[in-house]
Amino acid sequence: MSAELDALYQEIILDHYKNPHHAGLREPYEAEVHHVNPTCGDEVTLRVHLDGDRVVDVSYDALGCSISQASASVMTDLVIGRRVEEALAVHEEFLALMQGKGTVEPDEDVLEDGIAFAGVAKFPARVKCALLGWMAWKDATSQVLRNDNPQETA
Amino acid sequence: MTIPGLLPELEVIRKDFPILERTVAGGQPLVYLDSANTSQKPQCVIDSMVDHLERHNANISRAMHALGAEATEAFEGARDRVAAFVKAPSRDEVVFTKNASEALNLVANTLAWAKGPLAVGEGDEIVITEMEHHSNIVPWQLLAERTGATLRWFGLTDDGRLDLSGVDDLITERTKVVSLTWVSNMLGTINPVADIAARAREVGALVVVDASQAAPQLPVDVVASGADFVAFTGHKVVGPTGIGVLWGRREVLEALPPFLGGGEMIATVSMERSTWAGIPHKFEAGTPPIVEAVGLGAAVDYLDAVGMEAIHAHEQAITGYALEGLLSVPGLTVLGPQDAASRGGAVAFELAGVHPHDVAQVLDTRGIAVRAGHHCAKPAHARFGVQSSTRMSSYLYTTPAEIDALVEGLHYTRSYFKVG
Repeated sequence: MSAELDALYQEIILDHYKNPHHAGLREPYEAEVHHVNPTCGDEVTLRVHLDGDRVVDVSYDALGCSISQASASVMTDLVIGRRVEEALAVHEEFLALMQGKGTVEPDEDVLEDGIAFAGVAKFPARVKCALLGWMAWKDATSQVLRNDNPQETA
Repeated sequence: MTIPGLLPELEVIRKDFPILERTVAGGQPLVYLDSANTSQKPQCVIDSMVDHLERHNANISRAMHALGAEATEAFEGARDRVAAFVKAPSRDEVVFTKNASEALNLVANTLAWAKGPLAVGEGDEIVITEMEHHSNIVPWQLLAERTGATLRWFGLTDDGRLDLSGVDDLITERTKVVSLTWVSNMLGTINPVADIAARAREVGALVVVDASQAAPQLPVDVVASGADFVAFTGHKVVGPTGIGVLWGRREVLEALPPFLGGGEMIATVSMERSTWAGIPHKFEAGTPPIVEAVGLGAAVDYLDAVGMEAIHAHEQAITGYALEGLLSVPGLTVLGPQDAASRGGAVAFELAGVHPHDVAQVLDTRGIAVRAGHHCAKPAHARFGVQSSTRMSSYLYTTPAEIDALVEGLHYTRSYFKVG
């Protein structure tokens, strides 16, 4: 029973939950989004600050369970300072891990602390918790890119 | 452990529910404390549905053969049983719907289309409460938007009851509809529906009662409730999903326009126009949930055989025991009234330092099923400054030992997350 729980609640996750990285809303930012998980009520307000193709800052205010909070924290570690394209590739990797039903072997070189969420993939009800912050980041980032390149969507 | 009020043959009753025999989470007995979400089903309900499908299946009211007659009799027989269960003056006042949400939407939509005295328009008011399930909020918001009427609501007191202090300012000559829950699915509060209905009657407003949480655990007498409409769902009264009930007062049902158009609901159809069947069929377009009705009929018979008074006493006894146990857990706060006598068997709570999802997850590894989230009552959570909560809900098959397992599980949860 405890082993099953421990697979889900890795120490890394609990550490990020108790001491979330990059938490709080900061200026400047080019896009702010508010995402909710309608079934459980978890929510996140998230801001993205890009400089050209680089993710300079991601700040957020999140309400939710340990998994959603820790995932947002790990996500900021993984995307801040990266080029948008690289960060999106990490997002894809994390998404694949989460949707893999426990069959995907995580690549620590890419996902770093994100590998701690491998156990979450075996709990279908919690996958959406782990993805809340990531989806908000992707949404905010694509809003900035759209605004920067309006001709692409015209 | 015996507590006054528990059903005397609790172990016998538990044997009626085959699912309670199964194990979960690596061989642990199931502790099902999510009955306000959906109740488990006794063997007699399951058997009635299997028997119907195996032996009597046909469409109803139109097939000119033996099976068609049997299926029709089974379906309409279920209506008789439901009418008896809620003490409806007439079986024709019992409309089968898909669920309680559809029943409430039926009323709100047909009121939007009604002409004459029932018509809702600008300057009219619709009154609901802050403790409603979303399914008794959204249909009225839609009605207000569609007609230009104004939506108003009862606020809540700090101890989770309706704030009735301004009732005469809230329910006025402008009020066309008052819709409220009988028992809150989150706070557990039992509301004084008959008193509120009496006030609504004085001003000529229609009264709609969401009995989704009441019908499973309180004896329901639709006339005594003072309501014009009472809605509930089959799956919370040990029946199947896919069927709900709308009881409505005959005069009002007859005055309302149809809800959905289609087969079954017509008297005659020409290319230019149609006329409607009498109630209840006017509101039952298309092939209805036949086997679900059969299951629901068996379900309410089962509850009547056990006795709704006895079930209510059992729920109160278990709820009192649960409140006592829950409040012994450090850092635990119960939302809603703290005395079992004025509440139903759904108890939502917060555990300081642990999010409800995480509470539910830890409990699940111990075979304990509870609900975590906003329980489709976001405004009620917001009223208490709570984003989400954990909810345990009991039923006629719940034992004190299951409550003990929950309380023990909550202590374990605190130690697992190293709080306190």
